[in-house]
Amino acid sequence: MNDDLSRAGGAPVPVLRLGDVLLVTLQGDLHDGTAEQLRQDIVAAIAGSRVTGVVIDISGVEIVDSFLGRVLAEIAANARLLAAQTVVAGMRPAVALTLVELGLTLPGLRTALSTGAALELLGRVDAAATDGPRREPR
Amino acid sequence: MRSEAVPEHDAAAPQASPTDEVGAFLNRRREQIAQRWADEPLFRAVFTVSRDEAVEAGRSVVDALAQVAASGRVEDSDSAGFTVVREQLARMTAARSRSGMSTAQVSGEVDALRAPVVNLLVADLPDVPAERLRESTEALTVLMGTLRLVVMETALTEVQSLIDRQQMQLLEVATPIIRLWDGIVAVPLIGTLDSARSQVVMETLLEAVVDQQARYAILDITGVPTVDSLVAQHLMKTVAAVRLMGAECVVSGIRPAIAQTIVHLGLDLGTVITRAGLADALAYALHGLGADIVHATPGGAGHR
Repeated sequence: MNDDLSRAGGAPVPVLRLGDVLLVTLQGDLHDGTAEQLRQDIVAAIAGSRVTGVVIDISGVEIVDSFLGRVLAEIAANARLLAAQTVVAGMRPAVALTLVELGLTLPGLRTALSTGAALELLGRVDAAATDGPRREPR
Repeated sequence: MRSEAVPEHDAAAPQASPTDEVGAFLNRRREQIAQRWADEPLFRAVFTVSRDEAVEAGRSVVDALAQVAASGRVEDSDSAGFTVVREQLARMTAARSRSGMSTAQVSGEVDALRAPVVNLLVADLPDVPAERLRESTEALTVLMGTLRLVVMETALTEVQSLIDRQQMQLLEVATPIIRLWDGIVAVPLIGTLDSARSQVVMETLLEAVVDQQARYAILDITGVPTVDSLVAQHLMKTVAAVRLMGAECVVSGIRPAIAQTIVHLGLDLGTVITRAGLADALAYALHGLGADIVHATPGGAGHR
């Protein structure tokens, strides 16, 4: 991996807005600086628009270290303060095992098998919590 | 090898070490030794069908011994000569073990091969000095002892490979992943859980969750006789990992004794969803998927 590139900022992770949900897809190795940047981007995106959910798809991530685990937990905590639910989708078995071995069970984090399941989960939570007043066509 | 120090008398053979002498003797008397061995219990029991076959096997063993003696390394069980007969010896010991003999008994039978050869050697060298005869017999005895060692080594290697194979099979057999319903997988655990098995269970279960996109994973421990803190820790790790992947893990079939042990050990399974039996766990999972079980009998319809 090219460490110098990532230190200098690296390629930022795109944060997509789909209706009232933010979708973030992580691919490959994520460097500390990029992860930190992502956290700020997501918080800014939630604050700047009225999203109610954040879906982080990590099915393309093979290795998660303790730092990225903590960043994920922080994103979830920040999003909750801004009234948005965070769902981590598609975690690989090896990654799950690593996190558990590291003792990072991420109790505050919601998880889903896939992005589709995550969106479903958010939709259901949304509908249950607010009975769907925000579902009007925009 | 020890060098020959005894001065040569009037023997016909030129100066030769005891091992060379033994090698020459084995080559000379190969046929006779093989014939005598064929009557020993070890060969008789293995080659029940034909005596010729036993004699043939005996010949190959004598050849190997002669080769080892010629190389001068009679006490070395790794001698090149033995590699040829290892398969033969493995077959023989395996046959004896199958008929229910202990390793010590097989070893005793191999030892019984020594007496006929030593007797032949003594008879073969009637006019050599006593000192020289003693050294030759000793060399032969050491050689036969090495043969015994090789036989035992071969037997142990066989047993070890069998154990390794069975261990692999056990691991495979012990962790079947069953798809109970669309989105529900179950692992019925049977037998004692150790760290290695728990690890395999954890990995296969997580793989199954991904493969089948299962939203519920059921760990049924009805067949697990005891749970210690280590196993409980593994269960909790599995539950946590399954949750991280976005599925829910239900532990079912905790026996009363195990429940008491867990409470006694002070383990907190508070975060783990538990159900009494596999059926209850399945019902819970189905309910979570929105597929409830209803009775078909008229008037008996209702939620389980």
